[in-house]
Amino acid sequence: MSGFLKLLFRNRLAAMGALVLMIILALILIAPLLPLQDPDVTATADRFKRPFADGHLLGTDHLGRDLLSRLLWGTRLSLAVGIAAALIAAAIGSAIGITAGYFGGRTDNIIMRGVDMLMAFPYILLALAIVAALGPGLMNALIAVAAVNVPFFARNIRGVTVGLAGREFIDAARLAGKGHMRIILTELLPNVLPVIIIAMSTTVGWMILETAGLSFLGLGSQPPQADLGSMLGEARSALISHPHTSIVPGIMIFLIVMSINLLGDGVRDALDPRLRSGALSRPRATTLVERTGDIPARTDDLLAIQDLHTEFHVGSRIYRAVGGVSLAVKPGECLGVIGESGSGKSVTALSVMGLVASPPGVITGGAVRFQGEDLIGAPYETLRRKRGDRVAYIFQDPLSTLHPLYTVGQQLAEAIQSHHKTSNTEARAHAIQLLSDVRIPNAAARADNYPHELSGGMRQRVGIAMALANEPDVIIADEPTTALDVTVQAQILSLLDDLRRDRGLAIIFITHDFGVVAQLCDRVAVMYAGRIVEEGQTQAVLDAPAHPYTRRLIACVPELGGGRRELAAIPGLPPLVDDLPPGCAFAPRCDKAQATCRTGEIALAGTAPRAVRCLYPEVTV
Amino acid sequence: MGGYILKRLVSAVPVLLGITIIVFLIMSLIPGDPATAILGSYATPENVEKLNRDLGLDKSMVQRYFIWLGNMLTGDFGRSFSLNRPVIDEVLERFNATLILAGTSFVLCAILGILAGVASAARQYGLADKAITFVVLIGISVPSFFLGMMMILLFAVDLRWLPVSGMFAIYGGGDLPDLINHLIMPALALAAVATGVIARLSRSAMLEVLRQDYIRTARAKGVPERRVIMGHALRAAMVSVIPVLGIQAGFVLSGAVYIEIVFQWPGVGRMLVDAILKRDLLLVQGGVVFVAACYVIFNIVVDAAQSLLDPRIKT
Ligand code: SF4
Repeated sequence: MSGFLKLLFRNRLAAMGALVLMIILALILIAPLLPLQDPDVTATADRFKRPFADGHLLGTDHLGRDLLSRLLWGTRLSLAVGIAAALIAAAIGSAIGITAGYFGGRTDNIIMRGVDMLMAFPYILLALAIVAALGPGLMNALIAVAAVNVPFFARNIRGVTVGLAGREFIDAARLAGKGHMRIILTELLPNVLPVIIIAMSTTVGWMILETAGLSFLGLGSQPPQADLGSMLGEARSALISHPHTSIVPGIMIFLIVMSINLLGDGVRDALDPRLRSGALSRPRATTLVERTGDIPARTDDLLAIQDLHTEFHVGSRIYRAVGGVSLAVKPGECLGVIGESGSGKSVTALSVMGLVASPPGVITGGAVRFQGEDLIGAPYETLRRKRGDRVAYIFQDPLSTLHPLYTVGQQLAEAIQSHHKTSNTEARAHAIQLLSDVRIPNAAARADNYPHELSGGMRQRVGIAMALANEPDVIIADEPTTALDVTVQAQILSLLDDLRRDRGLAIIFITHDFGVVAQLCDRVAVMYAGRIVEEGQTQAVLDAPAHPYTRRLIACVPELGGGRRELAAIPGLPPLVDDLPPGCAFAPRCDKAQATCRTGEIALAGTAPRAVRCLYPEVTV
Repeated sequence: MGGYILKRLVSAVPVLLGITIIVFLIMSLIPGDPATAILGSYATPENVEKLNRDLGLDKSMVQRYFIWLGNMLTGDFGRSFSLNRPVIDEVLERFNATLILAGTSFVLCAILGILAGVASAARQYGLADKAITFVVLIGISVPSFFLGMMMILLFAVDLRWLPVSGMFAIYGGGDLPDLINHLIMPALALAAVATGVIARLSRSAMLEVLRQDYIRTARAKGVPERRVIMGHALRAAMVSVIPVLGIQAGFVLSGAVYIEIVFQWPGVGRMLVDAILKRDLLLVQGGVVFVAACYVIFNIVVDAAQSLLDPRIKT
């Protein structure tokens, strides 16, 4: 609770709302003790005195009554009526909701039908009808406002009760022979009460405003009794000649409603943990770059990742997801990057085109060179022109990576039209061609399907077709087959392999499955805790793994190409990358670890193309 | 699609019936002799007798309900005693004015609210975002009737840009520019709260959507950022904004009652308040049923728009 309050008042606006509300409450509570004039004593000689006139701090109204006094008494009345309405609505609405939720079945059905019908009205029509039937008056306005809000409580509380009614403690109470009434009062109500109170606190401001509104219309409090609404309503006829009589009660209503709103927002934010961690920040169009250190010199590779450092900055914590990774591919070559989840392989892949979500991602060092040109820190438009055109991505799980509200044809056409000026008909024809290129039967008809209408394998083919749309030079495939079953996976892999041979594509293939690497990749790099621990020709690494981690990875795959397999067979967990131990990150899980492993930096060493980052490798490379 | 709308229309029938039952029950709360209460100061003996016959007070409540319902279905909502004309004529005339006001406000709050929300989300924590968040906070906290009065003071009295009130100028008005001139202030005052609510919701819906994987896909294929925001993200965000538009339409319609009073707009809300003060209950009853029915039908339109946007909804 105190933690909650701390969180609440760290929100400056919420604290301000609470302060204003406290001041207003304090003022109206001590109003009877203040040396105020009688709010209802008229003095026609003193009509419409301006604020700060002697004896009348806020001036007087059209009957010469002291506005300050009327304001405080009016606020008292408005708040009292609003809170009373909230209490009545909460009591009746909760009773209805609990009854419906507890008894369920037909009772529930009939009650909720009625509630739905009441909610079909614009609220004021219902309130007006009730006031019309009962006659204008503050009491009747209160009843109307309460009645209008009953359905809201009934529906909310019913939902909570339905959830509780099925729980064991209710069944136990029933078996113990307790009556319905007792179960509801002793078992249900205590659990539902917090929800009722929260619902009340979110609606009370609203109900204060509503009763004030009815009074403003002349349907609530009747003279000489005045609440804020009727003060404003009476002042309206003198709005142009004596605006202060309107402004005074109007501002009071505004202050009350605003402070309640601010406080309510603060409560909601404090209760919603997602807002707390800042996870609701929107990712920028490209990853933030804050590079320190030297920028590595250019090479003649098609795509070269050079000493890349990517970090996540969350609050004051820094997670080093990628800690100095260098990789390169040549045309027609397939490079596998393998590692457990959290090894930094996906972040490495996304860093290439600045697609790491930012915030919290920051690229802090290194370079990514496409045909020699450094893409890190390149202007957005330079990057955008290459994205999907020269370097394309295939993502895992195409159900979430394809847009649910566009047809696959539209999404393919868009990939083309983002880089080429083509007519819609041409783009569509091209899209259909792409779909049949990835062996989707009946491509023309499929183009008009939405992603949710396709099977998983079909969707992944769409993902591949999208990556091929602009005949890129490099495709980065991030676990593209993980969500698929074995046969479909094999088909997709052979499709990628054909494309590589036919079109001279370079592929960077991110996976956790050595079987897949063995099938497709010329070379492989093994990643652990954000760094490369071993690399080399696929066959050489498979035949004689040098790093203990690689050896264990390969041992986990009983039969190469045998489908999806997690790397859970290695005891222990990969380390958290915000708190790496000095020396070898794999030491805690390594059966060959020595004291020397935990001291200094270990270099990636060996004769190219083989290299390993280990003091006591299985074989020398 | 057509089948879907038809299905929705059919499902609206019980709701519409429910509305008539609720109004009928509320009206039977009237304390004392209904005929005298309804007629109030218009209660001459022959009026009372005629109304008693019209209401069928000698019959049971159920019978009375069905007679009333049957009459309404044939377009007979009874006769207003204070205006001495058929209720339906008055309601239709006034509803027209309300529709112009509330309709304009609704369009305004939808467009302004969504634009503000998108701008806010696209520049999260930037200056525009902070400014919009602040204005929205004020907007949702000022009671519309007070906002209307302050606008009159500023724009009509002080600056003399716009007319104080009414729907048309008394002399020489009546054309479209005159109507628009009179419409600006009340429409804006009425739209304020709903704009704020929609802006807030659009902002959080956009922020939610922008974190989705399919946005990263759009960026990965090189879609220009403007299109990512205004196309991919906005379209997906609309899925959660549109249902709220339907709810806000109800709030706009409700707020119209206050705004019509403040700006002396000859709409159905002002008619209802006048009718209540004059105890012309048949007029209240007819007006409430008519407007509520229109609102139910409007919500069906909103549902249909939703199913057009989102192919995942079974049509
Ligand atoms: S350096 Fe030491 S701890 Fe690390 S993998 Fe090699 S042997 Fe194991």
